[in-house]
Amino acid sequence: MAPIGMGIAVIGAGLGIGLIGSKAMEAIARQPEAVGDIRANMILTAALVEGAALIAIILSLVAG
Amino acid sequence: MRRIILTYILSVFFAASSFAQDHGTHGHDEHAGTDAGEHHTEVICGEEVDHSFDPGKTAFHHVSDQNVYSIGPLYIPLPCILYVPGEGFHTFSSGKFEPGHHASGHKAIDRFVLFEGTVRRVSDPSFPEGEVEISGFVPKVEVNEDGKEVDVVYVCYNDQLYLAEPKSTLDPGLFGGGITSFYDFSVTKNVVSMIVVFILLAWMFISVANAYKKRDGMAPKGLQSLIEPVFLFIQDEVAKPFIGNKWEQYLPFLQALFFFILGLNLFGQIPFFGNSNVTGNLAFTGVLALFTFFVVNLNGNKHYWEHIFWMPGVPAWVKVVLTPVEFLGLFIKPFTLMLRLAANISAGHIVLVVFVGLIFVFGKGQLAPSIGTAIGSTLLSMFMMSIELLVAFIQAFVFTLLTASYIGAATEEVHH
Repeated sequence: MAPIGMGIAVIGAGLGIGLIGSKAMEAIARQPEAVGDIRANMILTAALVEGAALIAIILSLVAG
Repeated sequence: MRRIILTYILSVFFAASSFAQDHGTHGHDEHAGTDAGEHHTEVICGEEVDHSFDPGKTAFHHVSDQNVYSIGPLYIPLPCILYVPGEGFHTFSSGKFEPGHHASGHKAIDRFVLFEGTVRRVSDPSFPEGEVEISGFVPKVEVNEDGKEVDVVYVCYNDQLYLAEPKSTLDPGLFGGGITSFYDFSVTKNVVSMIVVFILLAWMFISVANAYKKRDGMAPKGLQSLIEPVFLFIQDEVAKPFIGNKWEQYLPFLQALFFFILGLNLFGQIPFFGNSNVTGNLAFTGVLALFTFFVVNLNGNKHYWEHIFWMPGVPAWVKVVLTPVEFLGLFIKPFTLMLRLAANISAGHIVLVVFVGLIFVFGKGQLAPSIGTAIGSTLLSMFMMSIELLVAFIQAFVFTLLTASYIGAATEEVHH
């Protein structure tokens, strides 16, 4: 079961990080001069999303 | 033109390194199944030991900490400092185990043995003290009292099997660890890597600091040009915007975190240099996260604690729900810091080993399919190594950035 759980966790993280990336690209296209701020915040948000997925992955490793 | 040449040299370098890694792993396999064909088995103490290639096990073996430092086929012995409650400390060099194939020792010293690079202890009193020759190891999978499958290792001595216990670990049995009969305080591969990176960083920063004193007012030169943009990036893009007006106080902590993590990430990626996985070690990242936890919470102001225990401006029933969540958040934040760094770096190391391992999964010891998969897996490893280079920077940056944003949230002044 552990690999299935990990897969599901990765789907969520993938959707989340994909959305962050797409919105950041749009934002950069609209305001290229704000690229530095946008990039830092993009990475920060992506890291937060990733954190949730990692907890799920570790828990499935431990429980499986 | 220069770029093309550079790319070519880099790719040859990566290809060569991963081929050599292939070769290294191949060495094990040859040894294991001299003429046993498909079944690489060996009989030790009347038990059949399966030596056929297991990519998962190999990967985990490569990312774990070891009591020897392996550079290619060389094993550099490291000091072992082992504590047995009731007996006291045992100190000797891990070279005394005479590590051979797969970094498993041929000797037992004071009931300690070396299995795949890590020290284990036979607690059975009938096993002799002092230096004795052992005839091999028998790894088995057994079901423990919780009904979980765990890997156990037996030592074969005088045609008898003795259980070799692993060292005590802090994890409460989650990964099959727990308190056993001895504690390992050795200078391991990870510790050596940390010392090496520490010396490198100290040398770099002291020489750069001296250069700033000597060349005051002049343009940066040499190492200065390498360090300055990165240092300023952390200062201007991380510390200033995320911490606010008290950023100067926390800058040394953030810079130390960033450069230490980055240095260790990159050090672990040098091919043939032990590939130590320090930043992929949960204990190491746990200590870093603990530093962050204390720096954030010891500097938290009234405003910060008020937002955790009694969020202003929300109805009372929401506070009942919110307070436990915010309180848990105190611990979840450093916990995710710990997991994120360790999981990302370990994943990179594991993926590389698994790509190389594909050669043995598909090649099955024959030449033609081995060469075919070797080409494919070399290309894949090259690709992964360049991604890992990026990940090394991103993860060091993310750790610093999140630390800065937590500090910023804890020290923010009230603006209501």
